[in-house]
Amino acid sequence: MTEITTMHYLIVAAALFMIGTIGVLARRNVIIILMSIELILNAVNLNLVAFSRLYGLHGQVFAIFVITDAAAEAAVGLGIIIAFFRNKETVNVDEIDLLKW
Amino acid sequence: MTPVATTFFFYFLAFMAIVSAIAVITRRNPVHAALSLIVTLLSLAGFYLMLYAPFVAAVQIVLYAGGIVVLFLFVIMLINLEQNIREYQFNKQWIVGTLAAMALGGLLLFVFRQGRDAFPPVFYQGFRTLEGYNTQQIGIALYGQYMFPFEIASLLLLVAIVGAVVMAKKRI
Repeated sequence: MTEITTMHYLIVAAALFMIGTIGVLARRNVIIILMSIELILNAVNLNLVAFSRLYGLHGQVFAIFVITDAAAEAAVGLGIIIAFFRNKETVNVDEIDLLKW
Repeated sequence: MTPVATTFFFYFLAFMAIVSAIAVITRRNPVHAALSLIVTLLSLAGFYLMLYAPFVAAVQIVLYAGGIVVLFLFVIMLINLEQNIREYQFNKQWIVGTLAAMALGGLLLFVFRQGRDAFPPVFYQGFRTLEGYNTQQIGIALYGQYMFPFEIASLLLLVAIVGAVVMAKKRI
């Protein structure tokens, strides 16, 4: 067994980022798309903390800012979903086309 | 001699994180997806502990697994998804999207392979002596060097609270 280096963490973060991107691009349910965005943000956080192991504390501070952003984004996004569901009774993104002309 | 337990826990947590992340994007029922998301977030908290970041690990558990996922579960239970569960879950361009994401993953692996010698071979040594003071150091950095971004983050949270209330309210 080899020692765990920064590269191992980067590969795990890249895999999570890729899975999140697939979720955003391929799913129809808008709640699952928001969860995939959370996966992407978490992959970035793992990168930041892994680099903070190499270069000092700043990565961890940035990870906390990213978590704050994720909380704000989830609150507003879920509010939009509730408002939209009240109007159109659907959560499928291919039926959310009010702004398409 | 390399520590065996660290290696074992790394691969265990990586397996848990990736399998449950795949479950998040493939489950039909959004409640199951949210529960899988909790497993991913807890595995990432384990990674943060292994990387000498106990404060970020605690924030991850309390704020993500305890706050954001519960918000998701509330919204899933507020809106009626029974119609949606019976429908087809993937949109028309899912093959193209998956291939594009795979290409992105391949590009990332190529870049990592090309640049693997660019990192310093030794870890930052400050954590080894100050490991017990991680939270204190983050607090000093947040209220000292990162004061302005901290204030902007608080303003962002205020705007998000007002925005969420405005969005979810029936009439203002």
